Amino acid sequence: MLQMCGITKHFPGVVANDSIDLEVEAREVHALLGENGAGKTTLMNILYGVYSPDRGEIIWKGKSLRLRNPRDAIEHGIGMVHQHFTLIPTLSVAENILLGQRTPHEPFFDASAAERIVRDLSQQLGVKIDPHVKVSRLDAGTQQWVEIIRALSRGAELLILDEPTSVLTPGEAERLFEAIKMLTGKGKSVIFVTHKLKETMALCQRVTVLRRGKVVGTVNACETTEHELARMMVGREISLHVERRPCTPGDVVLRVEEVSALGTRGQQALHRICLEVREGEILGIAGVAGNGQTELVGAITGLHPVTAGRIEIAGEDVTRCSPRQIIQRGVAYIPDRPWQTATLPDFTVAHNAILRMHWDAPFAQKGILRPTAIMQYANQLMTQYDIRASSSRVVARQLSGGNLQKLIVARELARQPRLIIAVNPTAGLDIGAREFIHKRLIEQRDKGCAILLVSADLDEIMDLSDRIAVMYMGRVVGHVTCDKATVEMLGLMMAGVV
Amino acid sequence: MSGIQQHFISSPSLGRLVKGLSRLPRLLLSVVAGYLRELGVGLLAILAAMVVVGFMIAAAGLDTLRAYRALLEGSVGSINGISETLVRATPLILIGLGIAVAFRGGMWNIGGEGQFYLGALGAALVGIYLPPMSPVVHVLLALLSGFTCGGLWAAIAGYLRARRGANEIVVTIMMNYLAAFLISFLVSGPLRDNSRLIPVPQTPRIVDSAVLPRLIPQTRIHAGFLIAIVAAVAVWFLLERTTVGYSIKATGENPEAARYGGINVPLISTLAMVLSGGLAGIAGMSEVTGVHRYLLEGISPGYGYLAIAVALFGGLSPLGVILSALFFGALMVGAEAMQRAVGVPVATIYLLQGLVVIFVLARQVLLRRRRILDLKA
Repeated sequence: MLQMCGITKHFPGVVANDSIDLEVEAREVHALLGENGAGKTTLMNILYGVYSPDRGEIIWKGKSLRLRNPRDAIEHGIGMVHQHFTLIPTLSVAENILLGQRTPHEPFFDASAAERIVRDLSQQLGVKIDPHVKVSRLDAGTQQWVEIIRALSRGAELLILDEPTSVLTPGEAERLFEAIKMLTGKGKSVIFVTHKLKETMALCQRVTVLRRGKVVGTVNACETTEHELARMMVGREISLHVERRPCTPGDVVLRVEEVSALGTRGQQALHRICLEVREGEILGIAGVAGNGQTELVGAITGLHPVTAGRIEIAGEDVTRCSPRQIIQRGVAYIPDRPWQTATLPDFTVAHNAILRMHWDAPFAQKGILRPTAIMQYANQLMTQYDIRASSSRVVARQLSGGNLQKLIVARELARQPRLIIAVNPTAGLDIGAREFIHKRLIEQRDKGCAILLVSADLDEIMDLSDRIAVMYMGRVVGHVTCDKATVEMLGLMMAGVV
Repeated sequence: MSGIQQHFISSPSLGRLVKGLSRLPRLLLSVVAGYLRELGVGLLAILAAMVVVGFMIAAAGLDTLRAYRALLEGSVGSINGISETLVRATPLILIGLGIAVAFRGGMWNIGGEGQFYLGALGAALVGIYLPPMSPVVHVLLALLSGFTCGGLWAAIAGYLRARRGANEIVVTIMMNYLAAFLISFLVSGPLRDNSRLIPVPQTPRIVDSAVLPRLIPQTRIHAGFLIAIVAAVAVWFLLERTTVGYSIKATGENPEAARYGGINVPLISTLAMVLSGGLAGIAGMSEVTGVHRYLLEGISPGYGYLAIAVALFGGLSPLGVILSALFFGALMVGAEAMQRAVGVPVATIYLLQGLVVIFVLARQVLLRRRRILDLKA
């Protein structure tokens, strides 16, 4: 049905795609597997008409295809759901569906047609979506359904899904897989872009693995194993699970007692949360994003005000402390989306490396910065944590996502913290970087550090945590030790069923 | 060469030294190249703007080349011209530095004009009402008073933004009017010089010990220019070498990350505003004690607004601000010469100034777009 032959695409300084061949058959779910920066998204953007290839040919239903823009691709029946959504938040679902589409009623908005499309397609897919609600009020999972409906409503026969499960709970992902199977049953093809091995194995018939812009190989999913795929993807032997000794918890480092807080929109985001983390253990917080994790972490780090309750760090009440006072008590914090929330993009790598301790010796004395000490420290971090940049003088925005994440992790772990709070520390990272960061966290745990790990990635939670607490609607709804936890059980708790 | 190097490398410490030294020129070169590139872009923008304006002058039936020659000769063609250029550049440097500090801290201070007026008022009060004393002390007191008045005036907008979320652009613009009217009221009422036969809206002369000395006899260039240069060095040190400067830049760059980094964002943004207003206040002080020697209505021909263009054209860096202030000062002086010689209206220079800024900003927009494309890749 689709053939991409010898696709090559250069960007300044890199070859993003190097003569890539890809073949997708009708009714097939084809996985495109690869680490970050392997060239998956570039290839898909070429197929969707966003970029034009330097060389190579796209053959669609037996005919050579020349795509100048996404509109061309859509007209030929190729639809794409981007990893970062392209819906307009202030418009309703129906308005978003009709965006850029022609209707006979033009220039008037054809509300009934839009509603009909949403109703019919959402029914087929087995989801419930109100066409009148504004997109900004929908959670990420539902927004993704809207994206899929939009692509289908434009007559997509080949649907490209770019990392679709990164915003979903296990239950929601399951529903998406059902829907994808239903679609292929109706004669559609799906290209499923991912770096998650489990999904690939569960859903796809064939897998094409990319590494550094080249095809490593195409294999049938039933004839391979997760381990094999991982090796193809990374190019070396890799352990999918970190090894760790059983934990030996010591004194309580963090105690959260009956803490309540309001969210940014004034809703009750935390209801009397109680938690405890001890020296040398990792407490994992599982939960779908938006169930109070942000506020909980904010409350502990002094960034979010609490309305009631008490937070103690090493026996001291820190409920009303400023962020700086909490940093000074030895709390490291790797926040969610660190490239947005924890980096200064136009500062040098060195100056980013001292954030959160820039006022302290040896980096500053009496308010005067000491460039040599800063530079030395930054260089040391770069070697220790294998952060690749041409020098510590380059600005942070030039670092790749993975290197930036490593810089943040390095900065937070290197100060020998007593408590580490890590939120989605490996989100969007490839297997290699993920393995690296997991090892460092376990290392810190073994050194006696207390770790609070908040992650939307259940595998990560189950791999690392000694105990797991599940949050739902601002409450801790369950508490299990790692040996008793199963994905099904956690999934049910996360959905608020148990 | 390799032989010499091998010889040195046999002794390890010397070898390291040689290696380090051999890197030094490259490092220096890259730094210098960076500055030169910025400078080149600035000059290119000026050139492009002059070409466009040149065509317009020609279209009006006037002699472009003669006009530009008059512009050049008027502004830098004589000792007097140079001194006038420096006189105009002085307040532009000081206010421009202030605006750079505020902008780097994420505060859009458009209130340089008002802060300039308040600084002028503060200096005038100290200059008029304090008894004669040692000139050094008196000038320093006037400077302090100018800085404080300008700083406090800006602090109002800073506080309202940091604690109440009021848009500082709106507040500072409105406060420019307040300041202008306040000065008008004071110089035509309570502070008016009534010793004259026909009173005009201006204050009495400041006492001699508060007057800034002239640097070159027979010209108007005064010690305020030196104050501006010292201020530029101080601002550079603040921004590049102190934790306060680090916090200001961090807050301006990414307030969320700054807060995460343990920086008290409302405090730092108010502080950036105070420093910014204080520098504009020093500009007012330098005009009163260096140029006019009394306070009058309309003491600023729009320095506060022009300084925004100066700061942006100077890339918000102290050295850049000095260079761009000199350029804009020269334009102001040269424009008058141009009008006298060829009859090109002074307003043409506003066109030129506007175009220069647009060309520089256009480049930044283009650069950003390229960066985004690179990121996507």
